[in-house]
Amino acid sequence: MNLEGLEMIAVLVVVVLFVKVLEQFGLLEASYDDSVEDELELSAVRHRPEGLEQLEAQTRFTRKELQVLYRGFKNECPSGVVNEDTFKDIYSQFFPQGDASTYAHFLFNAFDTDHNGSVSFEDFVMGLSILLRGSVQEKLNWAFNLYDINKDGYITKEEMLDIMKAIYDMMGKCTYPILKEEAPRQHVEIFFQKMDKNKDGVVTIDEFIDCCQNDENIMRSMQLFENVI
Amino acid sequence: MAAGVAAWLPFARAAAIGWMPVANLPMPVAPTEKNKRQDELIVLNVSGRRFQTWRNTLDRYPDTLLGSSEKEFFYDEETKEYFFDRDPDVFRSILNFYRTGKLHYPRYECISSYDEELAFFGIIPEIIGDCCYEEYKDRKRENAERLMDDQEDNKDSKLPNMTFRETMWRAFENPHTSTMALVFYYVTGFFIAVSVITNVVETVPCGSSPNQKDVPCGERYTVAFFCMDTACVMIFTVEYLLRLFAAPSRYRFMRSVMSIIDVVAILPYYIGLVMTNNEDVSGAFVTLRVFRVFRIFKFSRHSQGLRILGYTLKSCASELGFLLFSLTMAIIIFATVMFYAEKGSTSSKFTSIPASFWYTIVTMTTLGYGDMVPKTIAGKIFGSICSLSGVLVIALPVPVIVSNFSRIYHQNQRADKRRAQKKARLARIRISKTGTSNAFLHSKRNGLLNEALDLTGSTEDERHHNKTTSLLESQHHHLLHCLEKTTTPSQHPPSFPLPQNHEFVDEHLYEQNCLEGALQNYTSRSPSLSSSGGLTGTCCSRRSRRKSAHLPNSAMSPGPPHGLQELSAVHIHRSDRPPLSTSRSSLNLMPDEAMRLNCKSGQITTAIISIPTPPGTTPEGDGHGPPSPSVQTTAGSSVVKVSAL
Repeated sequence: MNLEGLEMIAVLVVVVLFVKVLEQFGLLEASYDDSVEDELELSAVRHRPEGLEQLEAQTRFTRKELQVLYRGFKNECPSGVVNEDTFKDIYSQFFPQGDASTYAHFLFNAFDTDHNGSVSFEDFVMGLSILLRGSVQEKLNWAFNLYDINKDGYITKEEMLDIMKAIYDMMGKCTYPILKEEAPRQHVEIFFQKMDKNKDGVVTIDEFIDCCQNDENIMRSMQLFENVI
Repeated sequence: MAAGVAAWLPFARAAAIGWMPVANLPMPVAPTEKNKRQDELIVLNVSGRRFQTWRNTLDRYPDTLLGSSEKEFFYDEETKEYFFDRDPDVFRSILNFYRTGKLHYPRYECISSYDEELAFFGIIPEIIGDCCYEEYKDRKRENAERLMDDQEDNKDSKLPNMTFRETMWRAFENPHTSTMALVFYYVTGFFIAVSVITNVVETVPCGSSPNQKDVPCGERYTVAFFCMDTACVMIFTVEYLLRLFAAPSRYRFMRSVMSIIDVVAILPYYIGLVMTNNEDVSGAFVTLRVFRVFRIFKFSRHSQGLRILGYTLKSCASELGFLLFSLTMAIIIFATVMFYAEKGSTSSKFTSIPASFWYTIVTMTTLGYGDMVPKTIAGKIFGSICSLSGVLVIALPVPVIVSNFSRIYHQNQRADKRRAQKKARLARIRISKTGTSNAFLHSKRNGLLNEALDLTGSTEDERHHNKTTSLLESQHHHLLHCLEKTTTPSQHPPSFPLPQNHEFVDEHLYEQNCLEGALQNYTSRSPSLSSSGGLTGTCCSRRSRRKSAHLPNSAMSPGPPHGLQELSAVHIHRSDRPPLSTSRSSLNLMPDEAMRLNCKSGQITTAIISIPTPPGTTPEGDGHGPPSPSVQTTAGSSVVKVSAL
């Protein structure tokens, strides 16, 4: 049979339709990639924190305070863990004028001590315990950890610049006086001048703690949020 | 800041420690909480169902009732809870709003009751969550449309002073308003039918002359058809001109669809008149006759279904457009394919792509005339795919159109039903209203009777059955009584006859008064009647018109004929009585006079109070006897007409 061009196409179409009908009957397995969706479903598991007594022992909060904290936490995050997007969402609501997402990202990394991509209630409460009930040393430690983005023990100028830009972003554009582009950079320079004693371009933890302990303003402001809970 | 994340504010503040080492300036002082309240549970008792929640939960939204100090107004000291006398089911949604930050609208809830609850608790409906907001808005729109429909119906009530033009327009738009309009409606309908039938019959072959083939009726009876046509066009022209005259906005009327149809329907005739025997344009003249068929659209004024169909098509314009577009696309594709598939075969009808359009359309709409069929294998395969896809493409937009039509049709049905039910509803509401007003009059008499009894020191059991009115009722009646006293005209000389109060009367006594005033029968006039005659004088002239005059304190009631009989019976009845016992003034007399009265006729205590009400309107009745017959049967005892005068 001598098939013309169009006839060949017609035959092809018929064959394709035939295959589709067979798939409907399940005789031919369709090899689609829909197993990924199932995995995502499984991972939305709920996380339950350790018992109240253990948390009481590990943190410096009283039982009642832990209860209040957990209730608020669970209300916002019924699944028991905060992932980064929710975290950014919540934090951004406190700073409506600017863009708090970058800083929230750094904050998230600071809270997520085991670096598993989500902040559980334990992480949350441990972080808060340090910030609110910890000694000045611990607080400064925590702050250093926040600034040290890659957690290598040194704060470089680039890291500090990132942090500074993130903080300035939270302010937004509508400020008075209007800040110039180099404001973060200048701020970083001032910071490094203050902190970097040996002028090696990085700030270590000891330089940091030393310098902060000698600065009255910083010491006083560390006590500012004592009575938040 | 969204209140939902208020719980995270402590965290945000704690995290601010991260800024401290970077800051160059000292920080401001933190605000301190004066009395740090421990979070406590509060109980909200809503109509008996108790809800409990943390106080902090409610404090999240301080601009609502529950979040502000406004809830203190509802605090019950004894039970230490907040009591709200509202619907507990809706309250569930409202409390969930505080808990989760999202307000949901339950589907089974009535939209207006939900709105009321939201308004009570100070929550604006705009914060309903996205999941429920659409449903809420749809229901609200439906409700608003319904209310608007009702209001529009109310506006239909006739205004007393409408110009002739306005009356005519109303008659045109709503044929049920007057008989003239109805007649006009039917006449035009008849003539439209006649005209259409004429057009159709004109072309039927009507018997044949011996040596000619069949001739259509139109050519055989030319004169007759011409006369009928003329008559119809005359009627249509007159109708159109009348409508044009009566229209409130002529320019808008001329642009409306119905008027364009009217014009198109009658224009061919006039154009035909103008160019009768000109050979060149007679062809065009024949074409014009086609437009005469548009007269059938004039029926849409007479049929609501047609109007709905037209409205549906208009509202589904986008779906129809989509249908058309997709069909066109498919036609072009398949026509091209078929043309090239059939190019090879000999004597193929598929001479060009446009020629294949006909085949494609016939196949896709599953008509299948068979005048063009593919002969090659490829052509047949593609032809079958064409017909299968045709079914699909046409079936897709059709449900949308159908559901639109169904919705609009049901809306119309509902509107009609509501209008029909409205009359019955209003009548029932009116009856219950007269019931309340009669209750007032009834209790007034009882109250006065009470006074008389008090004055004459009667026994307990005569008194107790008059105390059946509740406190609310008695206070209401006292209020109406005060109003009566306020509007009493100033005092006449303080001797008998005593000044008469300005009083509420029920509608039948009112009618009776009017009648008496009209009849000018003052023979057995007790002084009270004369003073109220002035009252009735002005209103009787209106009453005689029997239009919808607004009687004071009573709803409209066209008096049934038997009511008139009653009135006359009562009238005669009363004329036998001496003035004293029928006069209300007797009960206003000083105590010693009342005593005298008591001694004289000793029948006040057993008097039967009867009003000539139509049977069944006052459910409680008088409690003493059947309404109308009692007038005759109590001829023996003195009838104390307390409120007649």
